[in-house]
Amino acid sequence: MRVIGRRIIQLVVVFVVVTFFTVLLISLVPGKPEIVVIPFDNPQHTQRAAFRKENNLDRPLVIQWEKWAGKFVKGDFGNYYQSTGTDPVAKRIKSSAPVSALLILYTQVFSLAVAIPVAIWAAYKSGSRLDKLLNATAFAFISLPAFAVALILGYFLGVKYNLLPTSGYVRITDNPVEHFKTMVIPVLSLSLGQIAVYMRLLRSDLVSTLQEDFILMAKAKGISNRRVLWRHALRPSSLTLLTVAGLSIGTLIGGTLVVEVLLGIPGMGYLIGQAVLARQYVALQSSVALIAIVFVLLNFLIDYLYTVLDPRIRERT
Amino acid sequence: MTTVPPEVSPLGLTLEAAPHAAAESTATRKKGLGIASWLAIAWLTIMVGSAALADVLPLKDPNAGVAPKRFAPFQSGGPILGADANGRDMLSRTIYGGRISLIIAVCSILVGLFIGGFLGLLAGYFRNWLGNILVGLFDILLAIPQLVLALSLVSVLKGDPNIPEGFHLPIILVLIIALGLVSIPILARITRASTLSWSQRDFVTAARAQGAGHGRILFREVLPNVAPAMFSITLLGMAIAIVAEGGLAILGVSVEPPQSTWGTMIATGKSELDGAPFILWIPIAAVFLTAVSLNYLGDVIRDRFDVRESAL
Amino acid sequence: MTDLTADPAEIVEPADPAVGEVLLQVTDLSTSFTSDRGTVRAVRDVSITLRRGRTLGVVGESGSGKSVLARSIMGLMPSNATRTGSVEFGGVEILNAPPKAMRKFWGEQMAMVFQDPMTALNPVLRVEQQITESLHEHLDLTKDQAHDTALALLTSVGIPEPARRLRMYPHEMSGGMRQRIMIAIALACGPKMLFADEPTTALDVTVQAQILDLLQALQRDRQMAMILVTHDLGVVAGRAHDIAVMYAGQIVEQASAEALFARVRHPYTEALLKSIPKLEMAKHTRLEAIGGRPPDLVDLPVGCKFAARCPYAQDRCREEEPELLPDPDDASHLVRCFFPVSVAASAALQATAPVAGEELA
Ligand SMILES: Nc1ncnc2c1ncn2[C@@H]1O[C@H](COP(=O)(O)OP(=O)(O)O)[C@@H](O)[C@H]1O
Ligand code: SF4
Ligand SMILES: [Mg+2]
Repeated sequence: MRVIGRRIIQLVVVFVVVTFFTVLLISLVPGKPEIVVIPFDNPQHTQRAAFRKENNLDRPLVIQWEKWAGKFVKGDFGNYYQSTGTDPVAKRIKSSAPVSALLILYTQVFSLAVAIPVAIWAAYKSGSRLDKLLNATAFAFISLPAFAVALILGYFLGVKYNLLPTSGYVRITDNPVEHFKTMVIPVLSLSLGQIAVYMRLLRSDLVSTLQEDFILMAKAKGISNRRVLWRHALRPSSLTLLTVAGLSIGTLIGGTLVVEVLLGIPGMGYLIGQAVLARQYVALQSSVALIAIVFVLLNFLIDYLYTVLDPRIRERT
Repeated sequence: MTTVPPEVSPLGLTLEAAPHAAAESTATRKKGLGIASWLAIAWLTIMVGSAALADVLPLKDPNAGVAPKRFAPFQSGGPILGADANGRDMLSRTIYGGRISLIIAVCSILVGLFIGGFLGLLAGYFRNWLGNILVGLFDILLAIPQLVLALSLVSVLKGDPNIPEGFHLPIILVLIIALGLVSIPILARITRASTLSWSQRDFVTAARAQGAGHGRILFREVLPNVAPAMFSITLLGMAIAIVAEGGLAILGVSVEPPQSTWGTMIATGKSELDGAPFILWIPIAAVFLTAVSLNYLGDVIRDRFDVRESAL
Repeated sequence: MTDLTADPAEIVEPADPAVGEVLLQVTDLSTSFTSDRGTVRAVRDVSITLRRGRTLGVVGESGSGKSVLARSIMGLMPSNATRTGSVEFGGVEILNAPPKAMRKFWGEQMAMVFQDPMTALNPVLRVEQQITESLHEHLDLTKDQAHDTALALLTSVGIPEPARRLRMYPHEMSGGMRQRIMIAIALACGPKMLFADEPTTALDVTVQAQILDLLQALQRDRQMAMILVTHDLGVVAGRAHDIAVMYAGQIVEQASAEALFARVRHPYTEALLKSIPKLEMAKHTRLEAIGGRPPDLVDLPVGCKFAARCPYAQDRCREEEPELLPDPDDASHLVRCFFPVSVAASAALQATAPVAGEELA
């Protein structure tokens, strides 16, 4: 319990520092941020004045943060300014965030579903030609950025053979079949690298687990190879996998942003990409803060899961 | 079985080889550099060499239309790697683009190496409040996904170049600062992990017993041993930076014309996917081959380093 | 005799010999491993006959090939191993049986208790799962039946509060308890044959005798055949019917326990006997250790493998390899030596030798 208490304090400190950084962002803009954010203002510059006031830009940073945090927790993420009108960032995030979350979820599930059996197979046949081939392939995939895969797949599956849409997004509630069709290229693009990372890591972990006495003991019980591998060998290694899956969410988030922009998927990446081009720093600020908070929370959760899943650690907490 | 989570870079490379993985490769690695290592070194040499000598090499102007638009590569009567949508020479553009990509990658990792490496050494060596504070700092820097952090820094620092007010840093410098900042915690954590294990060795205790000061122990005794790990992660970090620049370019925050990078070549070339995809494949191949070479060499060094360590 | 190699799909039920009849017949079994250094000849030309209800003690220094022998008989081999010879279990040749066919034997017909219960039990699975999985596999028990069987098993190996223990993880128990759990796992499906590979080496001295007594009692009750592997002659004294002494992968002396302790014939066995701690000795007396090291199994010397360390070695020993032959006075007593320990010397030694295992307790 004390351990968890300390972790929660750490968590709060990280939240404060990270959001402080995002609040600071606007002050880092060269020149007057309000001019950059609202280049199309009326001659009286009322919008710009309102912007300064709204974001407390004339007050000390600590106050800026305090006011910002107060609004943020209430779901007020500031405004998105366009020459055609101003709308709340929260509305945009509300429609974008689920798309990215779904994309990341699909990617993680698919990557693990592929990587685990392949890693088990490679570890079982470790040293064989197949194992070496898999390892080399994985190495290449690790160096192939997601945006490159997206373009390559887009070209072959979309342009050349016209099997799948290369851009756009359909909600699952609107049309499940089209939804999955639009998700194939982005999910594959993001997955190849993930699969390679998981596979290499799990394989090497399994190879050492398979040397353990308890594996020989399990074999000596006469249970099936499948059970020896999946239960006795994978179970201990799955803890390592869990940590890596958590850590890799950071990479995945980055990759998702880029792939969304490339494939025109209206997720957080698309939102951020647009915000960056239109210099909508408030939208950027809120999106970054949200992403960081979710990322930190996920890792906190995984840390906690780790202690729950490993009986040897659970004992001590 | 590992109960300690392995160090993983933002690209997901495991940064600390599992002990048996090193043992497994001992037999093969002892023989000297394999052919793959030489290929990687050759590719990097060509890239760095042509980037450095771009101005004196007989290259076409990378920004002038010199050939028919979208001229396909490997055809007689035109540029060898073809021409882009504006008729600009792809070979020349790839070399000049690579020059900026490489400058950004190398400089940002050097920032990370000096700051992150130094802080990592301190954090690994001083296992007191100082070490704890530094580790906390690394954790905070890692709390924002790397690309998101870099993107927000660049887009903010870049501001709006059309609005002359305020102090604008050159965009290349902005990219270097942002990617450098992002690489600090990565390099720091690896350096710290390596320092932790080395600073507990007997020779460090012996040096301390002889009255050596902290500075001397850190730089004379610990640093030389930690250096291979730092070098290995520096190579991996450069690969990450090159890929990250590509991502930033696609998100719209890299260099502006007439400058270009591999990333901006990909970002602007993506509209050519229908008609002349080679305009994309060439910079993508350059990014991939460079990243693969750096990753591979980083891996080789790490394995060798692990072997050396286990031989002690 | 049926041969399992003929059709791997066909799984032949081994015969169920009555107590006193031959269960295991090992003939000229050799095992080698390919390694970076060359071929490791871990076991050479071992022949063993084991009847139901009897215990064979296999004794030898660490590295002499005892574990490899036990695993070779069971067929639990790593991929770099090659075995030759013959292993007949219940009249069925199992040496070249594919792993799939062997799974019908493992756990159900023959089982193994490993040396270190800390590493041989899966750290992240509950005891109940580790016991019941072979019950589900071999006996097709339902969940409730398996649970009840597991409870009964824990009781039979002397574990108090079995219901609570079933829910525990291995690390939550003491070494002695863990070893009892491992024995319960091995016995779960009522095997006819039990291999106990140094079952007490990793345990506290205080619980070693308890575990050995438990194994002995279980072996008697269930009329199993047992191979008890140890590096300590004192452990098998009084607990094994027959004893095989191994050195560098070979059996160097084999006899009934009685005959062996009455008349030690091989110089190596003699040396082992001298190294057993005895009660009358002061607590910290240095034991007479055997000088030198066993030979390199990759590069075995010609002649007798023990020659380099043998006090009686002569020129012949270094040129020619002795065979395992019956002693002229007792045909059932096999010795691999040109110049066996004289009967007189053996008698002198016997005066101080342990007669039963109790000395160790
Ligand atoms: N998988 C293997 N590969 C290579 N050598 C092995 C392997 N298993 C065992 N050995 C070697 O076989 C010899 C006998 O080992 P073992 O049977 O474990 O001895 P012990 O009598 O102590 O049980 C040792 O020298 C060991 O190194
Ligand atoms: S054969 Fe010779 S060397 Fe070998 S044990 Fe007998 S006496 Fe000793
Ligand atoms: Mg052994």
